[in-house]
Amino acid sequence: MKYLSEYRDPELVSKYLGEIKRTVSRPWTIMEVCGGQTHSLVKNGILDLLPSEITMVHGPGCPVCVTPLNLIDKAVYLAEEKNVILCSFGDMLRVPGSEKSLLEAKANGADIRILYSPLEAVKIAQEHPDREVVFFAVGFETTAPANALSVLHASRANLDNYSILASHVLVPPAISALISDPQCVVQGFLAAGHVCTIMGLEEYYPLVEKYNVPIVVTGFEPVDLLQGILMTVQQLEAGKAKLENQYSRVVSAEGNPNAKQTIYEVFDTTDRMWRGLQVIPQSGYAVKKSLSKFDANVKFDVNIEEAPEHADCISGDIMKGLKKPFECSQFGKKCKPANPLGAPMVSSEGACAAYYHYSGEAELAEA
Amino acid sequence: MCLAIPGKINAIESKMDGRFRMAKVQFGGITKEASLEMVPLAKEGDYVLVHVGVAISIVNEEEAQKTFEYLREAGELNELEPASLDQLKTQ
Amino acid sequence: MMELSCPMPKLDFDVITLGHGSGGVLTHKLLNAGVFDLLSNEHLSEQHDGAILDLSGKTAFSTDSFVINPIFFPGGNIGDLAVNGTVNDLAMCGAIPQYLSLSFILEEGLKMTEFWEILVSIKMACEAAGVTVVTGDTKVVDKGKGDKIFINTTGIGLVMDRANISVSNIKVGDRIIVSDQIATHGIAIMSVREGLEFESGIISDTRNLSGVVSKSIEKFGHDIHVLRDATRGGVATVLKEMSEQSRLGMDLNYRSIPVNESVEGACEMLGLDPMYVANEGVFVSIVSEAIAEDYVAFLGQHAESRQAAIIGTVTEAHPKQVIMTSTIGGKRVLSMLPGEQLPRIC
Repeated sequence: MKYLSEYRDPELVSKYLGEIKRTVSRPWTIMEVCGGQTHSLVKNGILDLLPSEITMVHGPGCPVCVTPLNLIDKAVYLAEEKNVILCSFGDMLRVPGSEKSLLEAKANGADIRILYSPLEAVKIAQEHPDREVVFFAVGFETTAPANALSVLHASRANLDNYSILASHVLVPPAISALISDPQCVVQGFLAAGHVCTIMGLEEYYPLVEKYNVPIVVTGFEPVDLLQGILMTVQQLEAGKAKLENQYSRVVSAEGNPNAKQTIYEVFDTTDRMWRGLQVIPQSGYAVKKSLSKFDANVKFDVNIEEAPEHADCISGDIMKGLKKPFECSQFGKKCKPANPLGAPMVSSEGACAAYYHYSGEAELAEA
Repeated sequence: MCLAIPGKINAIESKMDGRFRMAKVQFGGITKEASLEMVPLAKEGDYVLVHVGVAISIVNEEEAQKTFEYLREAGELNELEPASLDQLKTQ
Repeated sequence: MMELSCPMPKLDFDVITLGHGSGGVLTHKLLNAGVFDLLSNEHLSEQHDGAILDLSGKTAFSTDSFVINPIFFPGGNIGDLAVNGTVNDLAMCGAIPQYLSLSFILEEGLKMTEFWEILVSIKMACEAAGVTVVTGDTKVVDKGKGDKIFINTTGIGLVMDRANISVSNIKVGDRIIVSDQIATHGIAIMSVREGLEFESGIISDTRNLSGVVSKSIEKFGHDIHVLRDATRGGVATVLKEMSEQSRLGMDLNYRSIPVNESVEGACEMLGLDPMYVANEGVFVSIVSEAIAEDYVAFLGQHAESRQAAIIGTVTEAHPKQVIMTSTIGGKRVLSMLPGEQLPRIC
């Protein structure tokens, strides 16, 4: 597939690995922010191929993982008690809320549908004028334009029965929260390539300046990740701290102005609770008051309290790079993908789940 | 996160009196509809990056090449011996 | 609606009702017009409570239930799956499939045209596999209590003399072979699932495998150590199960695994791993190293297994673990997924 396969070329991968090995002279800790990047590193077996001087810390870049429990509970409630058609992306379905997951609610008869795109949810609302349709709008900035567009489509079509339950999270405030913690050991960042496709580069310059860390906007294929790591290591070895763009084939400095405009037409920035971290100020999107008829939070007035995290979950330490998943007392024992106790085990992009699936550590833990 | 893959625009159509610009985008051997509202300059034959049914960027061919030239431009490709995987896995 | 080779008889009902399952006149109308005439044979004609069969020798016995939604999909319908699924299970035991039982649970309101089309598919699949339906049952449930139609088939087959299929036969050095391109069926289903639809030429790979399997067993005998069809959970799940049962390790090479280009594109788009996507017409073989190349060549001569390929080796290293080398040469461990793979945005 064009613009995909070329970035999986084994020869080029090998050359980049060689160059990384030649460049590195001492240990460095780098965070790949995005869950999709984690997924790619682990699935392609890149972690073991990197020289041992490089430690990759898996960032909080999985919107599914960081969705707070009470939002899942709200979605379940809407599907079960309010009889809405609850539409969602596939990966949200298996995440347990404080009592059950959407998949379990579906098994109990709730009308829950997996969709590829929020635009499909609008179609469903048009086809079922007698039913309320709610789309569980999860995602980073990458997904925000699509979720916002669905609201605009519903508005243009004069629909009364469509709304979104927004669980949007923003990347730069999260990176800021992590770096500003004095315990954080991360020295360089691979920024989330697709988030930057939308938002551009401008939010990252202040981070580079304030914290003096290299940030390289990086793609997702093996060659992209290795080039991003190489560029980061080159900066670290030279004592530099700049913002660079590895993923320039789709990321431009200003991002996508149309997408940004669409986001701002529908959303306001708000404080947001990140499961596994804390409330990070101005790190989420909420539907604007002027569009509150499309905001499921307002429309259905569901008040569900935030549920406390499991006492044994050390997700905060994992996301800051202080601990690795297999250092957790519950990893592979009580805490598994089928029964996640905390955010990083929830979807296959979470650090703990990625380790569980791909590295065989869990089997060692169970042994 | 943000699973998005590049696909080729085969045909453009508009819905609801031209307010929704949609395209049939081809990924490998399959075709799926995607919204072009975020990329108004995209035309037939362009490659676009599509995430959850919405095209979010046009792929820049010139920039795409740079990843392959990065090592060469640093003047290093000729001296580069691709490290064998066994050498790398000394850990 | 397909061109039916057996036109539907004129009936005075066009949907299934509760009356059709209760055993009275309506049931007889349904069964006579539907099942018995279409699938007629000496056993069914007895219309007895059970079939009396004369079996001799080692017999394989297998059952499977089919609950798929949508019931019609590119390349087939639930009827095809119901026959091929059990026929293939018997083939994987090293048996020649002979007899099937056929049970329906129909949801009130199911259209007769749809039921008929499924019956015709069942008839044609039975003929292709050389099996006879000898007994069966029909029940009807209230609307909302069933997903249009559920089917159970149970099959009996005579185990071939030359067959010796067992996970305990797996040895270090054995080669792991996949019979054709993978993930096709699961993606064909996805392509018509509401909310995920996409255009493609992909059709389900549901087909009878007993022909090619019995010929292979005839030719290679005990050198074929294990056969398993890679249905739900895909190739990865089947291999992981066998690795754990045998307590041996498996090394796989992703680059050797045959996948159709369109299927691969769909998997990329939906974020699915083809190794875990369901197949209906693909089986995994573990065979002795000595015959592996010949075995693959032999499979390749048959329509059901044109793209057969060696994808890995059984090893004593990393017992119970299946490790796959990625396209770029890195390694990853294949584990059991907690449940069905779902399309992702991440």
